Amino acid sequence: MTLLSVEGLTVELPGSARPVLDAVDLSVAAGEVVGLVGESGSGKSVTARSALGLLPAKARVTGRVLVEGKDLVGADAAHLREVRTGVASMVFQDPRAGINPVRRIGDFLTEPLRLTKGWSKRQAEARALELLAAVGLPDPPRHLRQYPHQLSGGMLQRVMIAGALAGEPRLLLCDEPTTALDVSTQAEILALLGGLQRERGLGLLLITHDIELAAASCDRVYVMYAGRIVEEASAGELFGSPRHPYTRGLLGSTPPLTGPLERLRPVPGAPMSLAESAPGCAFAARCDFAEPGRCDQSPPRLLPVPGAADRSAACVRVAELPPVVATEVRS
Amino acid sequence: MSVAVAVLRKVVGMAVTLLVTSFLVFSSLYLAPGDPVSFLVKGRSPSPAELAAIRKEFGFDQPFPVRYWHWLDAVLHGDFGRSYLFHESVGAVIWARLPASLLLVGVATLLIAVVGIGAGALSALRRGTRTDKGVLLLVTVGAAVPSFAAAVLLRSVFGVRLGWFPTIGNGTGLLDELHHVAMPAVALSVTFMALVTRVTRASMLDELGREHVEVALSRGVPRGSVLRRHVFRNALGPIVTVSGLLVSGMLVSTAIVETAFGMSGIGSLLVQCVDELDFQVVQALVLLVVAVFVVVNTLVDLVHPLIDPRIAAGGGAR
Repeated sequence: MTLLSVEGLTVELPGSARPVLDAVDLSVAAGEVVGLVGESGSGKSVTARSALGLLPAKARVTGRVLVEGKDLVGADAAHLREVRTGVASMVFQDPRAGINPVRRIGDFLTEPLRLTKGWSKRQAEARALELLAAVGLPDPPRHLRQYPHQLSGGMLQRVMIAGALAGEPRLLLCDEPTTALDVSTQAEILALLGGLQRERGLGLLLITHDIELAAASCDRVYVMYAGRIVEEASAGELFGSPRHPYTRGLLGSTPPLTGPLERLRPVPGAPMSLAESAPGCAFAARCDFAEPGRCDQSPPRLLPVPGAADRSAACVRVAELPPVVATEVRS
Repeated sequence: MSVAVAVLRKVVGMAVTLLVTSFLVFSSLYLAPGDPVSFLVKGRSPSPAELAAIRKEFGFDQPFPVRYWHWLDAVLHGDFGRSYLFHESVGAVIWARLPASLLLVGVATLLIAVVGIGAGALSALRRGTRTDKGVLLLVTVGAAVPSFAAAVLLRSVFGVRLGWFPTIGNGTGLLDELHHVAMPAVALSVTFMALVTRVTRASMLDELGREHVEVALSRGVPRGSVLRRHVFRNALGPIVTVSGLLVSGMLVSTAIVETAFGMSGIGSLLVQCVDELDFQVVQALVLLVVAVFVVVNTLVDLVHPLIDPRIAAGGGAR
């Protein structure tokens, strides 16, 4: 069953020139790892937060966000709480900011269990100990009584993950879960998330700006640009033959593991801010392949790529673009 | 560093502060204009020999350091000297007037805590609404009204025109005393209330924007619990710090408010004794206010690590 199905989600904030999200379609099935890739401000985080009903209060929202078939747009508090405590949960980017610094780790883990499920203190603490062990922390009874500042960033992110697992969710939303961590810790956290996902058959939405990371850890990847999904493909296909010019640009601007750095090709220009808008393709101004008269008329729709099953791109010229070979991406 | 050592350090620091203050208090009064002897001999014109006898009797003939030492020695033994004005020991004079002032400061503190923190929290939660703007307006007005002006206004409206509250005196019996202390307490608290409201609002807004608040909401923790357990709880630090400063500020302001309402307390006593150059009482009162200030702030420092565990006791923050 589809755990999360976002359908035509549009989110507009008062005072911004373009929607924060513009007709976003996205789905995550049980047991599936889905990547959501894009630059800062592309709408990745807003998309993930919509699955918990955490959109800004002032936003105008149209479309649907189905979590296990029930729409969260306009849902009442009871329904939202049901989803947040038992169906979906989120691992946030920075555990230092995301865990209350003046409360003990034990409080962080047991709070939702005690306040929303009415568990006793003893029950909730027993569960917290299990969770801390499940995320690989060395000394759960001690951590329970520690304060966040007494743990390293990596350990604290494990606590954050344990907290996200407290309600036995089926959908785990990970918003750049490794960005705030040391490089050496990042791999451990990703391995932990992967292990937990397989063990528990979770649907996992991994938000990242690192396209190679997405390709390596996900089954399917969505690429977002300026509030729209511009490409969807299986991870292998996306990495091997990106079709949307923006995806090509992203792959070209990733530092190679070998070879000289001067061969990096950054995507020219800057991402579109909320104060800007374009009548046509939002990426046209930065695109090598943009064609006046075609790309700047109306926003391209996300359509299946001709001749490629199960992948879509939002580019009017997608069929005409020269094929990408791996060497060209990295040249 | 262990907690005991930290507490000990605070206490030693407190003692040093009080010692330095005692010196400043003692010396500043001798720099002030007016001669206590001229007060003692008021109306008469004694011969130089009589004057010298009076000086000797009160110890004014001795050099300054010696006088300071004698005074300090007596103070450390709980003897603040005798009041020229009341012909009683300074301790007895202050002790008789302390309860009334404590009641006044106590009621004012309660008002500040309930109204100030309440209005600040409400205003933060309703940011940008009419409620918020109304509170901000009152805060601006309140902060600008000096307590003597508030006293005059309250007396004329609620005391004279409406006749709800007595305009003068202390009252007898707890209920009557509370009735008498109501208006002075409001007059005393207005400015401080405005300050606490502003600090509470700012601190709450600061905490409302933190990511851990969103995280708690995302985990289904009910909004009321999030506000109580995460927003207000985390906002306490600045509120407690400001409140600590206020307590001694209020003690000083009792001088104005008690005089305005014709109450008998340590504030009006201070005014009276300054007027009459009753040095011994003034010294003791100033020392008392400073001692309260130092003790309260030391307590605030000691409480802070409980509010925010990141601050280790003694300031050795990580």
